[in-house]
Amino acid sequence: MTANIKEFPGTPLSEQDFAEGNILFNYDELRGHFAWDTGIAIGRYLAALKEGIILGARCTTCRKIVVPPRIVCEWCFRPMHEYIPLQDTGTVNTFSLCYVTWDVKRIEEPEIPAVIEIDGASPLHGIMHMLGEVDPPKVHIGMRVQAVWKPAEEREGAVTDILYFRPLQEV
Amino acid sequence: MTLLERDPKAAPAWRGELPVTSRYTFGLAGERFFRAIQEEGRILGTRCDGCARTYVPGTIFCERCLGELDKWVDVGKVGEVHTYTLLYEAPDGSQRETPEIVAFVRLGDGGLVHRLGEVEPEALAIGMSVQAVFKPIAEREGSILDIVYFRPI
Amino acid sequence: MSMRKVAVVGAGMTKFVRRAQETAKELSWQAAHMALESCEMTMDDIEAVCLGTAPDSFDGIHMNGEYLSDGAGAWRKPFMRSYVGGGTGVFVPIQGWYHVASGLFDVVLVVAEEKMSSYYPHAQAAFLTIFDHTTERPLKPNLLWIFALEMNRYMSTYGIRKEDIALVSVQHKRNAADHPCALLGDPNITVEDVLNSETLAWPVQRYDVSPVSDGAVALVLAAEHVTKRVTDKPVWIEGVGWNLDTAHWTNRDLAYPRYVEYAARQAYEMAGIKEPRKEIHIAEPYDPFDYKALHHLEGLQLADRGQAAQLYVDGVAARDGDMPVCPSGGLLGVGNPIAAAGLMKIAELFWQLRGEAGERQVPGQPKRGLAQAWGDLMQVGTVVIMGR
Repeated sequence: MTANIKEFPGTPLSEQDFAEGNILFNYDELRGHFAWDTGIAIGRYLAALKEGIILGARCTTCRKIVVPPRIVCEWCFRPMHEYIPLQDTGTVNTFSLCYVTWDVKRIEEPEIPAVIEIDGASPLHGIMHMLGEVDPPKVHIGMRVQAVWKPAEEREGAVTDILYFRPLQEV
Repeated sequence: MTLLERDPKAAPAWRGELPVTSRYTFGLAGERFFRAIQEEGRILGTRCDGCARTYVPGTIFCERCLGELDKWVDVGKVGEVHTYTLLYEAPDGSQRETPEIVAFVRLGDGGLVHRLGEVEPEALAIGMSVQAVFKPIAEREGSILDIVYFRPI
Repeated sequence: MSMRKVAVVGAGMTKFVRRAQETAKELSWQAAHMALESCEMTMDDIEAVCLGTAPDSFDGIHMNGEYLSDGAGAWRKPFMRSYVGGGTGVFVPIQGWYHVASGLFDVVLVVAEEKMSSYYPHAQAAFLTIFDHTTERPLKPNLLWIFALEMNRYMSTYGIRKEDIALVSVQHKRNAADHPCALLGDPNITVEDVLNSETLAWPVQRYDVSPVSDGAVALVLAAEHVTKRVTDKPVWIEGVGWNLDTAHWTNRDLAYPRYVEYAARQAYEMAGIKEPRKEIHIAEPYDPFDYKALHHLEGLQLADRGQAAQLYVDGVAARDGDMPVCPSGGLLGVGNPIAAAGLMKIAELFWQLRGEAGERQVPGQPKRGLAQAWGDLMQVGTVVIMGR
């Protein structure tokens, strides 16, 4: 059918069409302000972060240790009762060197988001966080890293209580 | 601690927002409809002869048969109050001395939701005829607010 | 299972553009109108409507499905919107399929629309809100992270070179040069162009990414007895599958899309396909980023793990190759108005299998094709197999 159609509908515009008022348009926003309950498992996770601990949860049936903790095991759908403090060290599962911010502004020094498999959790179980104190070209998958925490008095029970993960100094 | 018990030390809620900001084009039909208000002070609809419907505001398609509509008609400035409400509370929650009157004004087989003006609440009646009052042409910008309100005739 | 046969009998689409003047409902109508005309049907023939659009935030309209319903032809008809993120475009025809296969309706109109330009200044900002509000958003993530992290893991696990991945972008954008609706078709683009484009979130560069777009696509689906009446070139929906992985995306293997495999196996079983690499003649895997097409070809069992790039290197994936991949031009070339992009792949198979794809026509009278989309929080796979 595309072979038989000469003209498809759709009217492309340029930014100039808006700037010069060639077409009518308006601006508005969906104002959504929220207070999300942290819930049971994430509530405990955040409380533990305030104490300088990364908390996981263990499924006694599947013998999996997941992070962040949750109240139900996805695999067997049974409740997860057991909260387990994990290490604040881990292994870089993957990373990126990101040169744009969330609202698409260019930055010169890249942000380094990573998935970090946390020591003490089951294999491939990690969290997303940032890497720091590292030369971007030296970051690699499999790199051992450790959390750098905010000073205890500044922690507020948030994932940002960990400033970033930095390469682990092997002794 | 039991399963459903909340940790007393837990942060109770995490606050945030959905930062959704939009720029809306008025579309092919909206362009024609609002330009007519802006430039000519006219309210236009589109006619589907097959379905015997006049859409106001005008659209480029008939929602019933999905046929293309290109027959634009002037439906006049006078419509009928299909229903109305008296708003005693402002958007910020404060009380108003005199209520704002918002009505659905029937024009053709459609119509506009708009304010009513130059009328006391006691004089309102469903079915009354009202006429669009336009801003002076120099102040119009191609917006539903180019109509200030509808008033009784 | 006793299910009725369902065919695609009509298709329509708008151009995919960066900014459309049309409103979202006007785009929906343009595609729906064209689909009806293509099979000489009217709204009197349509018994139900299925609509697909991605998050409301793109169009900037809360309850976007209801807002679009008049343009989609839903007036006083059974109507249902489906939404599985980027997977929506291939899920909404599945929804249409079971509306008809179940015997509930004989003819269904399927519409997918997205108007991403409404999100201003840039639609990327909307993606912040797909991350967990408490455990991830405080890190100010952007959508590129998720793709960059997955791409890096994929490349590292299998030792895949960036220049081989860039071939995907080159081929799709070249294919798109023959698509009259394409936004980024380019017959002359080279691997060097891709590798030299701006680095956004290493390893992701500008030309690895599909463009934010506006557009709509529509199909008419019909039961067998209606199909026989309206066309002598039906394209049957032979298999469907969909599958969801964990929402905890940092808790799973990022190098291999197991959920796509499960969705594909469901569809292959329904279609009676034992050897997909021989029996699928055209593949339209989801390609919002170039590496994703490879990732998905592997999940679809159309290539061994880590080997999909070889299909491009060897020319197998070329339009005149043994198994053309994205002859439409894909999302990388035609454009990526989220839900509409997935349904564009189904429309492409419809035109290809009928021999109506014009400049894009795959030679050799292909008999069977597969389209796949992916989405939600990188966790859903949706698959449709079509044949004639």
